[in-house]
Amino acid sequence: MPAKPKLATVWLGGCSGCHMSFLDLDERLIELAALADVCYSPIADVKHFPEGVDITLVEGAVANTDHLRDIRTIRGRTKILVAFGDCAVTGNVTALRNLYGLDEVLHRAYNELSITGTTPSLEGIVPRLLDRVLRVQDVVAVDHFLPGCPPSAEAIYEFVATLLGGETPSREGRRFGA
Amino acid sequence: MSVRTLEVDGKMITALEGQTIFSAAWDSGIHIPRLCHLGGLSDVGACRLCLVEIEGQKRLQPSCMTKVAEDMVVRTNTPALRAHRRLIVELLLAERNHVCSVCVLNGACELQDLAAQLGVDHVRLRPQYPKLEVDLSHDRFGLDHNRCILCTRCVRVCDEVEGAHTWDVAGRGKNSRVITDLGEPWGESASCTSCGKCVQVCPTGALFSKGKTVADMRKDRGFLRYIVTAREKKLWIA
Amino acid sequence: MTAETLRQTRDAELERRKGIKNRIACCTVAGCESAGSGEVRAALEREAAAQGRAGEVEVRGTGCMGWCSRGPLVRCSSNDTIYAEVTPADAPALVSGDAGRFEGRALTTEHPFYAGQRRLILRNSGHADPERIADYIAQGGYQGLLKAVTAMTPPDIVAEVKRSRLRGRGGAGYPTGLKWELVARHPSTVSYVVCNADEGDPGAFMNRSVLEGDPHRVLEGMAIAGRAAGAEQGYIYARGESPLAIERIRTAIEQARREGLLGSRIFDSNFQFQIDLRIGAGAYVCGEETALIKSIEGKRGQPAPRPPYPPESGLWGHPTLINNVETFANIPAIIENGGDWFASIGTASSPGTKVFAVAGRVQRTGLVEVPIGTTLRTILSDICGGVPEGYEFKAAQTGGPAGGCIPAPFLDLPMDYDSLTRIGTMMGSGGLIVMDTSTCMVDVARFFMEFCMDESCGKCIPCRAGTVQMHSILERITRGEGSEADFWMLEELSALLREASLCGLGMAAPNPVLSTMRHFRGEYEAHVREHHCPAGHCPIHASEEVHS
Repeated sequence: MPAKPKLATVWLGGCSGCHMSFLDLDERLIELAALADVCYSPIADVKHFPEGVDITLVEGAVANTDHLRDIRTIRGRTKILVAFGDCAVTGNVTALRNLYGLDEVLHRAYNELSITGTTPSLEGIVPRLLDRVLRVQDVVAVDHFLPGCPPSAEAIYEFVATLLGGETPSREGRRFGA
Repeated sequence: MSVRTLEVDGKMITALEGQTIFSAAWDSGIHIPRLCHLGGLSDVGACRLCLVEIEGQKRLQPSCMTKVAEDMVVRTNTPALRAHRRLIVELLLAERNHVCSVCVLNGACELQDLAAQLGVDHVRLRPQYPKLEVDLSHDRFGLDHNRCILCTRCVRVCDEVEGAHTWDVAGRGKNSRVITDLGEPWGESASCTSCGKCVQVCPTGALFSKGKTVADMRKDRGFLRYIVTAREKKLWIA
Repeated sequence: MTAETLRQTRDAELERRKGIKNRIACCTVAGCESAGSGEVRAALEREAAAQGRAGEVEVRGTGCMGWCSRGPLVRCSSNDTIYAEVTPADAPALVSGDAGRFEGRALTTEHPFYAGQRRLILRNSGHADPERIADYIAQGGYQGLLKAVTAMTPPDIVAEVKRSRLRGRGGAGYPTGLKWELVARHPSTVSYVVCNADEGDPGAFMNRSVLEGDPHRVLEGMAIAGRAAGAEQGYIYARGESPLAIERIRTAIEQARREGLLGSRIFDSNFQFQIDLRIGAGAYVCGEETALIKSIEGKRGQPAPRPPYPPESGLWGHPTLINNVETFANIPAIIENGGDWFASIGTASSPGTKVFAVAGRVQRTGLVEVPIGTTLRTILSDICGGVPEGYEFKAAQTGGPAGGCIPAPFLDLPMDYDSLTRIGTMMGSGGLIVMDTSTCMVDVARFFMEFCMDESCGKCIPCRAGTVQMHSILERITRGEGSEADFWMLEELSALLREASLCGLGMAAPNPVLSTMRHFRGEYEAHVREHHCPAGHCPIHASEEVHS
């Protein structure tokens, strides 16, 4: 029996809602496990993104330097890359800060609204935020898009099952937002 | 009134003389996409989504403004037209800040529906992220320019149905904005009757009722048919 | 005015001139005005008085004599010579007739710049003062109107214009006679004549110069159109940015009214015709006829879908005959000399002459009028003296933001409507910008796209949002940040704008991109693949990092 396709899910600049929706697959997760080997995911305890992944679902936009580095690694190690959910597809809420610019947003958050009154500036503790939030397609080639905030569990199952079946999911009927 | 017979997408349909292609097709179950057209309001042919191919004509024509003619052969859904429509929706989504997930009209928005229907699952163009105002000066309603697609339905319903002409368009090109009166905040408009017709005809969440939360709002256009029928047939029926 | 008084006015003016030995005509069109022709004219008038020659030397203003880059230009009738770069210090020599001072600045009609031209539209330039109706009449002005009113029926006039095969000079080249016929045949009792003087292409000033230099020619053409179309009211829609043209039109309308050449019972007939001026606020799109109509009506200047076309339903829903300034300026001579005479000039499919505003990297720039079908090489090399020493010709841009470029291999192309369309550009209203090899064609496309983006009215989505996206892609390419996908997107957007835009502005906006991509594809590819601008124009800074 040939090895099962390797499926990964990653979480960049998003709220993890898409992964919550993924977990809403409930008992169908077991069916999915029969079709694919979930080799990397925020819900699995794996340290490094493996080589030779067949399908990766990417939740979230590219918002900081770690995301930027990771998405390039992921692209290099993945056959079929899926922008998973509105943040990955459109930037969505994560990219709302693009209207204002990074400095204005940080100033508002740390200087005006927090008790510390200063924007933290220590390097090397958390990754540096990018000036502008990028969609996944702005950084690497994306093979398929599954919009939704979040995409419903049904949509996720049908989409992933179609891909695992070697077919191309239909583009009609996909919805941004709810 | 005499009847015209024409072919739309390979199907013979009949229409009344003077009827538009859009309306005749709709009556025959062929729903051509549109955003600026709304039955009961005048047509402007601006959104270009309802463009159709008419045999023998070099240019695509807006079906909302083109009258039927005997033996006309119309195609409403060719691959080229579908590609144009998808790109128009992509242009709109990239133009302003249409963040569906945090919109009062999430789930009931005509632009969102259209994207889904046309298979626009992502936007290939760069989002422009313009910094736009939200006018909350009116007691009951709000205007969010981030979600406005400049279809001018609000302008037309206010002028043609309510008779107030509170709304108009200022600026040009990408700097076009719908304005109330001469650009005063909506709440200070002297001409606005607060009837709310503009809010109901707005296809997106650009015009909304205050107090509605995300995905909480639904728009009711029943009033328009009621008023237009009353005007045309002198009958107060819906 | 009657036929008799028109003749008398003409004779009186010619008689008056017999006593004048030298008419010194200073260009009073905006280009020379800004170079100081006003001071020159004042100095000449002072000098004529000082030398006691006020009786035999007459100082006048006149229309554009063409070689604008060497203005102020002044013409002396005594030796039929045009003097270039005249300063007030030259006044004594001009008045006394001392030619020795003008080495290298005296241009006779044999000079290649003038010898190669054929001036019909600009024929009064250097001869008549635009602010004097008597000058226009002395040059044979209003003879066409006289003939049209007293000796021709409206169908005769339409037939004559059709016979001339004149095509609209606004850019699209629609047969003028057919347009006139549509309005003339319309059963409506009310119709209008509109002169589109909303010239807005960057670098183009043909119409402005005609209005500033010979406004009565346009009024006469419009009145003849009014007679042909059964219209009693005409409008000139001019740009607010051309104050001098506006002033000259106002003066000319006032004079024509006073002389009874506008108003009621023109030439003692039942024909009546009024012209009013409408001033635009400077939106390029108002040159599009349906937007122009909206603007005259006092509404927001936005185009409406056509059909219906203006000849069927225009101003306030009435049939409306809209022509460009230069089109109307051709009419008087067509009526006077006949359509066959006009059709014998130029090419069979595009008769007549065309005025080009030549700008850019060429020796002699300014207004050039040549028979249609003259090759680009003749215009640029023979008339305009070619590109200056040390530069190499790259391309010429015609048709403004709606047009395209003509690269070197097409220098022998005849400049007519159909030939230009065939190679992906258009005649347009007559702008002709010459570029040398230091010009980056991607940047040229970006420039014109920026223009269209700024001038899009915002009504239809393809133009409003599409020009923004095309501009941002072009800008990215000029920064060296373009990708292969950008080519596809440019082509896809171009197709959308061409096929789905509401009016000509959006439909034509991709033309400069498509034209430069067609003739200079390699330049685009160098920007994208090698991050290199072959013309050395674009400041590309190589960068590996994603621009975040």
